[in-house]
Amino acid sequence: MPVIPMTRDRILPLLTVLAALFIVWYVAAALMNSTLQRDMFANAGDKTYTTVELITSSLNMERPKLPAPHQIAAELYKLIVVTDPTSKRSLVYHAGITLEETLIGFVAGAVLGVLLAIFVVAVPWLERSLMPWIVASQTVPIIALAPMIVVILNQFDIGGLAPKAVIAAYLSFFPITVGMAKGLRAPEPLQLDLMRTYNATSGQVLRKLRAPASLPFLFASLKVGAAAALVGAVVAEVTKSEDGGLGARLLAGSYYGQTVQIWAALFTAAALSGALVALVDFVGRSVLKRRGFAA
Amino acid sequence: MKGREAVPPLAFGLAVLLIWEAATRAFQIPAVILPAPSAIAMRLAASLPTLGADFVQTIRGVLAGYLIGNAAGLLVAILIDRSPFLRRGLLPLGNLVSALPIIGVAPIMVMWFGFDWPSKAAVVVVMTFFPMLVNASVGLASAGAIERDLMKTYGAGYRQTLFKLRLPNALPFVFNALKINTTLAMIGAIVAEFFGTPTVGMGFRISTEVGHLAIDMVWATIVVAAVSGSLFYALVAGLERRATFWHASYRAK
Repeated sequence: MPVIPMTRDRILPLLTVLAALFIVWYVAAALMNSTLQRDMFANAGDKTYTTVELITSSLNMERPKLPAPHQIAAELYKLIVVTDPTSKRSLVYHAGITLEETLIGFVAGAVLGVLLAIFVVAVPWLERSLMPWIVASQTVPIIALAPMIVVILNQFDIGGLAPKAVIAAYLSFFPITVGMAKGLRAPEPLQLDLMRTYNATSGQVLRKLRAPASLPFLFASLKVGAAAALVGAVVAEVTKSEDGGLGARLLAGSYYGQTVQIWAALFTAAALSGALVALVDFVGRSVLKRRGFAA
Repeated sequence: MKGREAVPPLAFGLAVLLIWEAATRAFQIPAVILPAPSAIAMRLAASLPTLGADFVQTIRGVLAGYLIGNAAGLLVAILIDRSPFLRRGLLPLGNLVSALPIIGVAPIMVMWFGFDWPSKAAVVVVMTFFPMLVNASVGLASAGAIERDLMKTYGAGYRQTLFKLRLPNALPFVFNALKINTTLAMIGAIVAEFFGTPTVGMGFRISTEVGHLAIDMVWATIVVAAVSGSLFYALVAGLERRATFWHASYRAK
């Protein structure tokens, strides 16, 4: 993805699009909820409501089909700022659980992925035999394994955060392995030949040529891996919802038809993912800049 | 992958299966933890009708969503391409949304479109739309100044330039999105089924059989999901080869 600096001529279009999105959202919410609201008025025997009343009530329903943005904002404010962060109703509490699983999983997935990539590139027969499988795994919906991993780990009495962190780890593991292996193979034959004329050992080639050359690939795949780890954690929480997390909030919301709660959890998950990817991106950019890669 | 190149990975896969089989027998690993490959194969063969029905149910949502999502993404990319203002506004947004856990919209879609496959298709539409939008936009902008100038000297209008130069030129990018989206579509449909389905579908089968501790059936479903996911990807990659045979990445071979 091309790196685009945030300048003035980008902010105005972005704000315009966001404003348009906002308006479309309100119109859609009013339209989608009005049928439901009309029925509610009819059930209450109210036949004298005006169009304005219908619209304002449609935008402030308790269980709307599509909650209006201000309802989601109010819910977020209530569950993040007002509610005690240690309470089980607080989104901070649930986001904390999800973040912990995501981070443990992401770090484990990244370390394993990088190690395996180094191993695979160092051992030629592994590269020929194992690498095609790792690449092929990218086309397989591996997330389908999530419910099973939870149950299997349960057999070993491993509960709590661990199963969800494991799922986050293996979802981030594959893209990071593939990206890192690609990066380690990025040096050109000419550069490798130069190392050979220096009589460099394979460890030295790795440290001084392959590892530095792989950095852009590593950070690109770390971004993908971070987003994947969060998805893994959220989906794992859906299948193992008893101890909280944003995925558990999504599931609870869908059980009880609490749409505002679902959207609030969704926005929190999106913010978490965005922040995580932005952080990795920031670290990546500063490291790459220091190592002299063109921005 | 051709001929000799395919031998090492196949041998490796076979070795893993053999070790797996031997380990489950030698250490008598209980089937609720890890069933032997032979047990999974037998379960697969014995449950073909169920697995087939699950496959049809899930793939319906996958394909419908994949077609609509990609078509919408491509269409919007072409539309906003005429307005640099919209492009500058939508692209960062599309990039951002691509990195979000969109899968979370699954419960909402299940509420809006019911338990059956249309809600799964809706999740897939949302998941596939943004990667296609971003890739197709970048692709449409990728035609070089010289080529555009040439079209101008031919007196070609917007449409002719679009169909004869910029769309063909964007094809590698479009196919990149199509390939990414095959996996996203499968993931979207399967995970959406965790949130509610009629009693059929691969995601439903996985979540219920896990509850019954019928791990061999779960593995059998995963095999079906993995094979269909890879075939879907291979199909799109094959189409890409035929459609963009002129591209540098294929010409060299």
